[in-house]
Amino acid sequence: MTTLAEASVDLDELDFNQDDPRVVPPAPAPAPEVTPGVLIDGVSKVFRGPGGNVAALDNINLSVAPGEFVCLLGASGCGKSTLLNLIAGLDQPTAGTVGTAGRPALMFQEAALFPWLTAGANISLALKLAGVPRAARAVRVEELLELVRLGGTAKRRIHELSGGQRQRVALARALAQNGQVLLMDEPFAALDAITRDVLHDELTRVWKRTGNSVVFVTHNVREAVRLGQRVVLLSSRPGRVVGEWKVDIKGPRTIEHPEVSALAAEITLRLREEIASHAHA
Amino acid sequence: MPTLDLNKTSGSGVTLEQGLNAVGAEEQLEREDTAAVGAGLDALETHVVTRRPAWKRFLSGFYPPLIALLAFLGLWELAYVRKWEPEFALPSPASVWTTFASMVSDGSAGSVIWTSVSRGLIGFAASIVLGTAIGLTLFRFRWLRSSVGPLLSGLQSLPSVAWVPMAVLWFGLGSGSIYAVVLLGAVPSIANGLLSGMDQVPPLLSRVGKVLGLGQLGLMKDVLIPASLPGYLAGLRQGWAFSWRSLMAAELIVTSSKLGLGLGGLMNQGRDLSDPPTMYTALILIFLVGIGIELIFFRPVERVILSARGLTPAAR
Repeated sequence: MTTLAEASVDLDELDFNQDDPRVVPPAPAPAPEVTPGVLIDGVSKVFRGPGGNVAALDNINLSVAPGEFVCLLGASGCGKSTLLNLIAGLDQPTAGTVGTAGRPALMFQEAALFPWLTAGANISLALKLAGVPRAARAVRVEELLELVRLGGTAKRRIHELSGGQRQRVALARALAQNGQVLLMDEPFAALDAITRDVLHDELTRVWKRTGNSVVFVTHNVREAVRLGQRVVLLSSRPGRVVGEWKVDIKGPRTIEHPEVSALAAEITLRLREEIASHAHA
Repeated sequence: MPTLDLNKTSGSGVTLEQGLNAVGAEEQLEREDTAAVGAGLDALETHVVTRRPAWKRFLSGFYPPLIALLAFLGLWELAYVRKWEPEFALPSPASVWTTFASMVSDGSAGSVIWTSVSRGLIGFAASIVLGTAIGLTLFRFRWLRSSVGPLLSGLQSLPSVAWVPMAVLWFGLGSGSIYAVVLLGAVPSIANGLLSGMDQVPPLLSRVGKVLGLGQLGLMKDVLIPASLPGYLAGLRQGWAFSWRSLMAAELIVTSSKLGLGLGGLMNQGRDLSDPPTMYTALILIFLVGIGIELIFFRPVERVILSARGLTPAAR
């Protein structure tokens, strides 16, 4: 298992603005080779429909290091969700390859918990499918619920939980898959501002604890800067990588943090240019 | 006063700076109050559900129908006393009660009910097996569904009594005909209920199942079937209602000395012997069995399935 520190060192050495992100720095001999958490290599996706073909993604190259938190940002139609589906293996790219370290977990805007199961049983099902033996599941369920600060709620029904609590159970269920990669598709978009704020803190804490690679899709620039170590901007129709920013803000970030605001303003400007370029049609 | 304000501002400015300095310490990555704010949100957004005690729910469900029943009996008595219909068509509530009570006390009512209910249950059980198999097959093979599906929906709206003459031709005057009619009544409802239940499963849940690592069979067992239970139950309920009606129709039409005496046969017997109280007793028994199955079986199952999913207000 690569530690977070090692991963971030490698990140610094990687030059993401080069044409080919697979250019891995010549590592010194004794250092262990770091395989990326997610490696997206020349991926394109074309949807064939009755109204003609729609290019959703065009030659996307992206590498996410183990333990790295990357936010994918873009306006609607940039194929963010398509890209996540490809990484999750729910869909196949038209061209290029997608590689992940193990089976990735995926979270959606809706918690998408199974309403016929209790909170605990939802997590337990994920554990079962991840190969955790029956005897160990109950303890692990409680550990995971504790991790998302929902200890003691294993017996609750889904409809008895608030929106924020459901998303935390969904996070616990994703972590129960015990993968190294966590994919998140606008998971907090449907929550109120205060709840979202709290969940940003919680997600950061959980991510630090588990050391997962996270790919977080959002259309909220501040959220991206608040959470990510790196923000990747996609263009729309077709989706291409048009910008990358390293977020280097020390200490606890809040959405109101001046440095967060400054970087968010810069990225928003670029995003607005991108969107405006579609107006000519 | 302005000086005081300035002091205050600078005071908070210092705190902010201290905070930013503390930030330098690598480990402190979250605000101190996050846990407390989160817990507060949880407390505010948790709905405390209070259930009325069982006996209160029972009483409030019990009285209104009782009042309606008494009113109905009063109207019946009035119609009898005023001779709105001749006595051979409308016997008095008291004479029907006498026949009813004697049939119940000598056990003949029980055996007649059992003859019909056992037929109904056997036919219904076979319908569940067949209807479920057909539903699952049609769901799995789209081309089959687009060809057979409309036929199945058409069958659902065809009164199964219409099958009785054909069934008698195929199976003769016997249990075979009765079961055939029951099956034709219930199978389409059950298959269609299962299909519509499965259609209504949010695609997102299937995607979650795939992400969790479920294969085709696993998706069926762990996602599609549990998610479609409410629709399936609605199909079962309608299937039972249809099979019970078909059974009564078949018993009224298919009469044979080789067949045991069921509720439909009892009504026929009352008509043949010009014994209106027996006919009315048969009617009341048919009615009671319908209510009984609903209360003993479908209501509790529905309550368990729906309340677990938060689909009914638990406080009701």
